[in-house]
Amino acid sequence: MFTATGLSRSALRTLAKPSLALNQRALARSFSSSHVARADSVVNSLDVFTEEEQMLRESVQRFATEVVGPRVREMDEKESMDPSIIKGLFEQGLMGIETSSAHGGAECSFTSAIIAVEELAKIDPSVSVACDVHNTLVNTIFRTYGSDFQKDKYLPQLSESKLGCFCLSEPASGSDAFALQTRARKEGDHWIISGSKMWITNSYEAEIFLVFANVDPSKGYKGITCFIVEKEMGVEIAKKEQKLGIRASSTCTVNFDDVKVPAENLIGGEGLGYKIAINILNEGRIGIAAQMLGLAQGAFDKAVPYTFQRKQFGQAIGTFQGMQFQIAKAAVDIEAARLLTYNAARRKEEGKSFTQEAAMAKYFASQVAMSVAGSAIEWAGGVGFTRETGIEKYWRDSKIGAIYEGTSNIQLQTIAKQIQKQYS
Amino acid sequence: MRPSPISRLRLLVPIKRCIDYAVKIRVNGSQTGVDTNVKHSMNPFDEIAVEEAIRLRERLKDQVKSIKVVTIGPAKAVETLRTALAMGADSAIHVEVPETLVPEPIGVAKTLRAIIEQEGGVDMVIMGKQAIDDDAGQTGQMLAGLLSWPQATFASKIDVQADLKSIEVTREIDGGLENLKCRLPAIITTDLRLNEPRYASLPNIMKAKKKPIQKLTPADLKIDLAPRLETLKVTEPPKRQGGGRVDNVVELIEKLRVAGILAS
Repeated sequence: MFTATGLSRSALRTLAKPSLALNQRALARSFSSSHVARADSVVNSLDVFTEEEQMLRESVQRFATEVVGPRVREMDEKESMDPSIIKGLFEQGLMGIETSSAHGGAECSFTSAIIAVEELAKIDPSVSVACDVHNTLVNTIFRTYGSDFQKDKYLPQLSESKLGCFCLSEPASGSDAFALQTRARKEGDHWIISGSKMWITNSYEAEIFLVFANVDPSKGYKGITCFIVEKEMGVEIAKKEQKLGIRASSTCTVNFDDVKVPAENLIGGEGLGYKIAINILNEGRIGIAAQMLGLAQGAFDKAVPYTFQRKQFGQAIGTFQGMQFQIAKAAVDIEAARLLTYNAARRKEEGKSFTQEAAMAKYFASQVAMSVAGSAIEWAGGVGFTRETGIEKYWRDSKIGAIYEGTSNIQLQTIAKQIQKQYS
Repeated sequence: MRPSPISRLRLLVPIKRCIDYAVKIRVNGSQTGVDTNVKHSMNPFDEIAVEEAIRLRERLKDQVKSIKVVTIGPAKAVETLRTALAMGADSAIHVEVPETLVPEPIGVAKTLRAIIEQEGGVDMVIMGKQAIDDDAGQTGQMLAGLLSWPQATFASKIDVQADLKSIEVTREIDGGLENLKCRLPAIITTDLRLNEPRYASLPNIMKAKKKPIQKLTPADLKIDLAPRLETLKVTEPPKRQGGGRVDNVVELIEKLRVAGILAS
């Protein structure tokens, strides 16, 4: 950036912290028109984490390996999440990561949530998405848009034991989310919600539903409003989808047949549901990027050691140059996805705009997940193709990354819009 | 050491930061040791010790006054202390030594004795039976000898008596199980089947941030940790040779005779 008194930028960074700060302050004085906005800040590489974040990573890693790991195959074959896993997630404090301690949460950074999602995905992307949707979509909506009454009532439940889900998509509206048909009409001090949601993650086990319904279709998308609906209010779980991947994660059609919801359960303001949806999916994108990143890393970590054990033609197949080049390229892709994901997360934490970065992270990570998981199967050969080792599961699980929480085409469109704004 | 009877128990849990059990160990280039540029974590037997202390508190409630963890290690060892604090310990002591100095069991035992003195006495020392890097299995026993305290090693069950003055411990020995009764204060070393350690949950990790860690040096405790043993050489065990096939029992017996396993 700039050089001062013969010191290059890289030399500056290798000085011990106190002298670095002094040097920067000295520079700020000698260059009156300097660009040093925060003279006392230290510039870090993108993979720096706080001690708590590192401890969280290790703790989730152990939980994932020891508690989730042994059940992954069975849950996938049975297409059902083991209730003890969900209970374990709550017990580990992983379902209220950013929630304040007053509401039973751990009051950690957004990056901490991303770390938890990544580490869970290394072992099982299905468990990871359950944690991700609950934290980055459901909890965040309550924290950001909830009234004190709503926060005090629901956040503790969401931190402790009740699983949440996010109900936006419908049979006729996915990418075109605002074409949703579910209606809410006011009757006295209640809203009556009527309609059908589809493709809802966590719905089978959830007890708290955030439902987007239109209160005034004449206003178009500006009538869309978000409601807190509890299961006991009459939510009906209909068809559970049989999927290619993330089979243990429940994906169901959810029916609202004139469900009566108290007026105080309207969250974020009438007609502001579309804003909530846009903003929250923006953040949720980074969560999915983390899930796909963990998936790619998990597949890589399973297959590569095998290549150093499997011998053909007298040598470990991982030592053949052709294999080495493939493995190295996969490692590059994973590192790139990692930096995109964590940088987007930090930007969000710092209050900077992150729409572009989040879209890029999600788009790229989902692609990397597919390619690395696919390669992992090939590296392991026949063993990779059988379900026993769990390598093929990563490839099946990866496909959803390009579809949910904004398809890859939608991500590309988001990125292109920003580029057009800048360059035209 | 204490004039008055025990009213509430003070537990001391020494822990060690070792190479993680899952790491593939490699001998270093100069054959003086192993490659230490790998993942480290708390010695698994020490995790069991920390877990046991916390379970004792869960059982005895406020009859356990304090759970203090201590480690002798380099700067990075503070992470291990934080993990113990996140599991539920109250406070920690870090006796910091340079990374090149790996204390030997006798040095550790002397340091622990000095710490117990500094603390004004403790009621139970619960520690791992051995560290998975050196497998020495000596520290607990040496400490008991230095303090002239009873010791119950390889514990698979610990019961504190209602009067808090003695414990009953089940030990795993070669012949089976042995039951001991010891007066407190005592040294207990943990074996694998004592318990299964908990994971540090996220709220506890955050709480651990506020728990105090006291920093000390060996000089503060007037201990000399200079090693008494010099490692001459470290090599890998010989590579496993493949087996051979035989066609019948007669051939098998002949091969065993040639190998010197059966008398000729």
